[in-house]
Amino acid sequence: IEKMGRNKKDIRNLVSNLPYEGLGKTKQPNRYFPGNAIKTTKYTLLLFIPMNLFEQFHRLANIYFVCLAILNFVPVVNAFQPEVALIPICVILSLAALKAAWEDFRRYRSDRKLNNTPCFIYSRFTKSRWKDVRVGDFVKVVCNEIVPADLLLLHSSDPSGVCHIETSNLDGETNLKQRRAMSGICISDPEFKPESFNTVVVCEKPNNNLNHFKCYVEKPDKDKVGTGIESLLLRGCKMRNTHHAVGFVVYAGHETKSMLNNNAPRYKRSKLERKLNTDVIFCVILLLSMCLVGALGHFLWLQALPSGPPYLVPDSNGHLDSPSLSGFYMFFTMIILLQILIPISLYVSIELVKIGQIYFITNDIDLHDDETDRRVQCKTLNITEDLGQIEYVFSDKTGTLTENKMVFRRCSIMGTEYPHKENVKCSTFEHALTNSLYIIYILYVSTCFGGFAAIRLAVLGEPESGEDVIPDRKLLQQISRAGNCSGSQEIDPYLDFFLGLAICNTVAVSMATAQRQRVNANSVSLPHIFTSWQRKPKRSRSILEDLVVEEDHFNPPVKKEDFEDTTGLQMCSLHAPSDTNSDNLSYEAESPDEAALVYAAKAYGFTLLNRTPDSVTLRLPSGEDLVFEVLDTLTFDSNRKRMSVLVRHPITREYVLYTKGADYAIMELLVKTEIPWQKNIAAGTQHHLDCYAKDGLRTLCFTKKVVSYKEYESWSVNRQRALAAIDHREELVMDTAVQLETGLSLLGATGIEDRLQESVPDTIVALREAGIQVWVLTGDKPETAVNIGYACRLLEEEDLVINMSCKNKLVCTSILDCTLEEVRRYSEDPRNVDTTQGISLVIDGCTLTMALSSDLQDRFVDLAKRCRSVLCCRVTPLQKSRVVKMVREKLKVMTLAVGDGANDVSMIQAADIGIGLSGQEGMQAVMASDFAISRFKHLNKLILVHGHWCYTRLANMIIYFFYKNVAYVNLLFWYQFFCGFSGTTMIDYWLMIFFNLFFTSVPPIMFGIMDRDVSAEMLLGVPELYRMGQGEYTFSTFWVSMLDAFYQSLVCFFIPYLAYQDSDIDVFTFGTPLNTISLFTIILHLSIEIKAWTVVHWVIMLGSVALYFIVTLVYSAICVSCNPPSNPYWILQSQMADPMFYLLCIITTVVALMPRYY
Amino acid sequence: MMASSYNAKEEDGHHSGASNNGGAGVVKSKKPDNTAFKQQRLPAWQPILTAGTVLPAFFVIGLIFIPIGIGLYVTSNNIKEYEIDYTGADINDACYNCAKNFSWNSTTPCLCSVPFTLEQPFESNVFMYYGLSNFYQNHRRYVKSRDDSQLNGDRSALKNPSKECEPYRTSEGKPIAPCGAIANSLFNDTLELYHIDSNGTRNAIPLVKKGIAWWTDKHVKFRNPGGNSNLTVAFQDTSKPVNWRKPVFDLDPSDPENNGFINEDFIVWMRTAALPTFRKLYRIIQKKPSTTPTLPSGKYVLEITYNYPVRSFDGRKRMILSTISWMGGKNPFLGIAYITVGSICFFLGVVLLIIHHKYDTRNNSADIPS
Repeated sequence: IEKMGRNKKDIRNLVSNLPYEGLGKTKQPNRYFPGNAIKTTKYTLLLFIPMNLFEQFHRLANIYFVCLAILNFVPVVNAFQPEVALIPICVILSLAALKAAWEDFRRYRSDRKLNNTPCFIYSRFTKSRWKDVRVGDFVKVVCNEIVPADLLLLHSSDPSGVCHIETSNLDGETNLKQRRAMSGICISDPEFKPESFNTVVVCEKPNNNLNHFKCYVEKPDKDKVGTGIESLLLRGCKMRNTHHAVGFVVYAGHETKSMLNNNAPRYKRSKLERKLNTDVIFCVILLLSMCLVGALGHFLWLQALPSGPPYLVPDSNGHLDSPSLSGFYMFFTMIILLQILIPISLYVSIELVKIGQIYFITNDIDLHDDETDRRVQCKTLNITEDLGQIEYVFSDKTGTLTENKMVFRRCSIMGTEYPHKENVKCSTFEHALTNSLYIIYILYVSTCFGGFAAIRLAVLGEPESGEDVIPDRKLLQQISRAGNCSGSQEIDPYLDFFLGLAICNTVAVSMATAQRQRVNANSVSLPHIFTSWQRKPKRSRSILEDLVVEEDHFNPPVKKEDFEDTTGLQMCSLHAPSDTNSDNLSYEAESPDEAALVYAAKAYGFTLLNRTPDSVTLRLPSGEDLVFEVLDTLTFDSNRKRMSVLVRHPITREYVLYTKGADYAIMELLVKTEIPWQKNIAAGTQHHLDCYAKDGLRTLCFTKKVVSYKEYESWSVNRQRALAAIDHREELVMDTAVQLETGLSLLGATGIEDRLQESVPDTIVALREAGIQVWVLTGDKPETAVNIGYACRLLEEEDLVINMSCKNKLVCTSILDCTLEEVRRYSEDPRNVDTTQGISLVIDGCTLTMALSSDLQDRFVDLAKRCRSVLCCRVTPLQKSRVVKMVREKLKVMTLAVGDGANDVSMIQAADIGIGLSGQEGMQAVMASDFAISRFKHLNKLILVHGHWCYTRLANMIIYFFYKNVAYVNLLFWYQFFCGFSGTTMIDYWLMIFFNLFFTSVPPIMFGIMDRDVSAEMLLGVPELYRMGQGEYTFSTFWVSMLDAFYQSLVCFFIPYLAYQDSDIDVFTFGTPLNTISLFTIILHLSIEIKAWTVVHWVIMLGSVALYFIVTLVYSAICVSCNPPSNPYWILQSQMADPMFYLLCIITTVVALMPRYY
Repeated sequence: MMASSYNAKEEDGHHSGASNNGGAGVVKSKKPDNTAFKQQRLPAWQPILTAGTVLPAFFVIGLIFIPIGIGLYVTSNNIKEYEIDYTGADINDACYNCAKNFSWNSTTPCLCSVPFTLEQPFESNVFMYYGLSNFYQNHRRYVKSRDDSQLNGDRSALKNPSKECEPYRTSEGKPIAPCGAIANSLFNDTLELYHIDSNGTRNAIPLVKKGIAWWTDKHVKFRNPGGNSNLTVAFQDTSKPVNWRKPVFDLDPSDPENNGFINEDFIVWMRTAALPTFRKLYRIIQKKPSTTPTLPSGKYVLEITYNYPVRSFDGRKRMILSTISWMGGKNPFLGIAYITVGSICFFLGVVLLIIHHKYDTRNNSADIPS
């Protein structure tokens, strides 16, 4: 708090608006803070055109074309009529502007809708709108309403001051989050009185961190109460399960965290686009050299003329420019003439094609997950083709390869193993059934009173299989024995273990009746319900009871109106009615592990009934309910890798700290003891933990510590200070946690199974067959990771697995050198050439850190390059991203990272393509990703099929675009040799512009969106095709197509030239067959490229040709003298009446396309 | 993208408190439609280039092209063409003197006559062309130097021609009609043809000057201002192009319907040639009703009123007599091209067939690399 004084600039002081009600604007204390109205539009109505143009001119190509159009206004160099030359660039610019305008209009409409959303503001006692909310106001939010601004929660209808919000609008996480009202700030009993608020709220400057907030409230008596994110309601969140809440507006409008988080979509540049830019530069060079040829040619031609011939037109003074000056001017004329060598419409076409490709990706039914009803999402719009270029895939394990649906499998208590054999059998049985979907929809009336009653859809399915834990018989006996003698002061360690299981978590309890409207698509098959009925009759009956309960709520709203406020409150809050049927409970856990543990505890009779910030209600096997007072919760963080809950035992009145965490984070904190049996427990548990890990289970250790009152008191002071701190709050809070978590005594360990997602092995095998190296980066123990590696066929049984794990750098270096030598020898050994045996590398986080250091990096990369798969264990999020970055930079390869959790975000952002899996662990990964999928197996089709397609389509389209422009422009260039390099065009300007803009633009776009070189089934069946498709667009293909374009333009020009030589043909009559021929050639060239013809292809191809003839015929029928100097009038008509025209078209097209066809 | 971050998850649709208040009515599945189009499963024809498709294509092309080529070649060879260069560049040429002395502003016409012999009689209609070489009628500035509105009879354009006509826009303060460099450089040689029969008498051959221009040009594109009545009045206050001897309304004294902008020689000239060596239709010698050929073999004399200078650009002038067929004038190129391409295709087909045959005996699944 002392530091606050120094950093005056970083904080803001807020007071209530109420005392200043009705005063002038200048008197308002919070007048400097922006209001809540938002404006996300980029443009204003008046400034749209200049601003949009400014924006568009950031693209170099646009500047280029505008410069050329302007150049055309200079009389000495102009090639076309100046106005005509403006048309293409105007069309391009206005198309882009139209798109921007439409998007901006949509933004405007959504802003207006948001700003006019009604809300309650206390001061005015009226229903106001969102835009009226100001900083310092008191806003009341009712159930299911969206929070209009960032509110400091002061009051909740819940007696314990808790309110629940759903942040799915913000981060996509659908689990409820608890927020706690700041207590003691103003009178709020029973009704909130904002008038009593007379304190100053001091909070930090607005920032975009959604999970972080620092603030304290200074009471009139200078007492400071600190709080954090746990009391902040964020704009955009939805109020849930709480009747109403009142908050003090701290940030409004654009300063709210959600708005600050609202970043523009990322712009990534794809590899293809980078290559494309170099090719554009080649085109520029080509263009300049062609112009140089033109200029020189004109100069020499003029030099060779004896004296002023009648066809040289002098300027108005009758003066002719000198040949050198004319040649100089001609250079610019040529640039204008040949400008479309740089494809003007290419960029627009690429954008259109990508939109089309994304449309098809998102509409792929195979990438839709029925369970969660999610499609694949494309967040970054312009790197679709990079999906076809992937060489390395980095994957997270938990939740990405696995379901992240945790099932309690085994446990070890006080050194004794309880294998839970029954569970294993049952789960295999269930697994067979989970494939089909069964959901019972039940309509019920929202329990929120106050006019918000509406019919909702809820889902009542059989709970996840994670909840079905069949207790181990031996363990049950142990517990009942322990329970019988529980009268003694010494609590049995078995009971303690389960108490820890049930208490040490942050699981929220909700009633089935309080189910939220979100569709909980539980994948439980119908037959399963019936089989489980037979097996567990009690359970099925409870479902039926639920149905009855639900129907009770169906009663007409009349009944609801009779409800007293308090009843409504109860219904809305999470308070379990006293006669709770424990089967009615459902648990909302932040991590699935926690839920699995709570369900496990429940199976043994330790039922978590309710959790509030201050207490935990637990039902013991004996049937009695215990209420534990929660003194503090030391939340999980990735540094400590453990969490603790400090409770006060209701019977013994002891302060007990339950800690759970990763074994290596716990084992070193155990109380040092010399007693042999305790040491044995630790050793035995460790042994069991290793066994679990080998079986691929996730392990957790449970410990307990009894804290003396004195110890607690002194610690508590530190804790409060840390919580109220504004600077370094996190570090301080963590330090206090570490302080307390020492000298723990081991209770036991659990093994939780995380099943592999379906088709993961197939997907990995397919990716590998496609030539993609798959790396798995996981935070798990090496044993677990290796086990999963085998299960998902990342490692094969016959593989040579190199295990690297060392403690210091020297060892690491030598190991690295040895293995590298070994691997080199191995791969060079001729005997191993044909074997399928591969080398796999398993490396742990500690070794990885050393391997990533700058001096070992190269060797490590070299080693990893030779390995078929690499498995990194125990890596931190930062290491994940460093590995990805290193591979990407050292090997210059395209990388793809896929992950589902917050710990994968950095990796996802480091890779060329980040894929987020919308799984169980929230949506941070999805938010950071370029593509979001819902199952790992979708990767298969996304990469192998869509990646391949997108890449080949776009690559072919780009090459075709270059080809098309060069082939067409060169016709003009060849003509220059016969018109004294004077820059004459033999094709009508309008037709020339239309040619590029309309006649030949749609087919390549369709080609880029819809072509299928290989069918999806083939691509999935033969993954090797993926690798072959990667070389589609190379330097040589570009030049080959350039050469082809030159050849075709030569043919298209010189065959008609020879046919019309020394005849009475005029300029534009000569140009018409040329134009027609090159249309045919260009369209037919494309049809050779098209691999699969669908109806759409036929329509567009034939339509383009038809459009050409219709437009040209109409144009040459009505344009008598409209476009001087060209005389389009009746030219095509007279040509089409001439059989020569058709004969010419046929032979030229055939000759031009012969090499391509052959 | 959308307004605020809490609908960054676009799939969730629009948020807004009001709309979601009462809870969702019907949960709409986001499952994409299983249509052939959206799933990219439209029935597709995949042309696969195999020996079975490529070989017949080659043979078919060959078999179609060769007869067409032969037909074209024969047709072209049946066309009779006679060409005579009368530039007078050589000292022995009949027109040498005219060519040497001539300039644009000389007033007295220079006459010369070139005798020639037709070895073969010309049947049916004979077209008489004049040909110019090295005359770049397709120069960019030259092509532009005209006013189509003026030529279309527009009165305002007549009085105020387009800027493109500079420097042939006005002369002595009066607008030039027709303006521009093309009109200014109008070909103005007069050619007359005489047949010398066996007893040495010269018979003038009737040359028809109607129908040498495109019908659409004569009737739609080119029009005199104020119709064809009293052209002198219509072209009042305009000046003739500087190189012209006669004003535009006086181009053809013999036929008043052929004066002004609709003079056919003028229209033909205004259709600028595509290539620097070109010919333009000058006259038509109509077929005689009797069985005698239009131009029987024998001696002829071409009488030239030599007005047009070509020395300034090393040009050549020619007179061409040609019969005509459905494919236009004599040009063997197209026929040869068809025959060549057809033969190449046929040959390739044979070669590929042999390769394919050999390959096929070894391997059953043979695809021609294509």
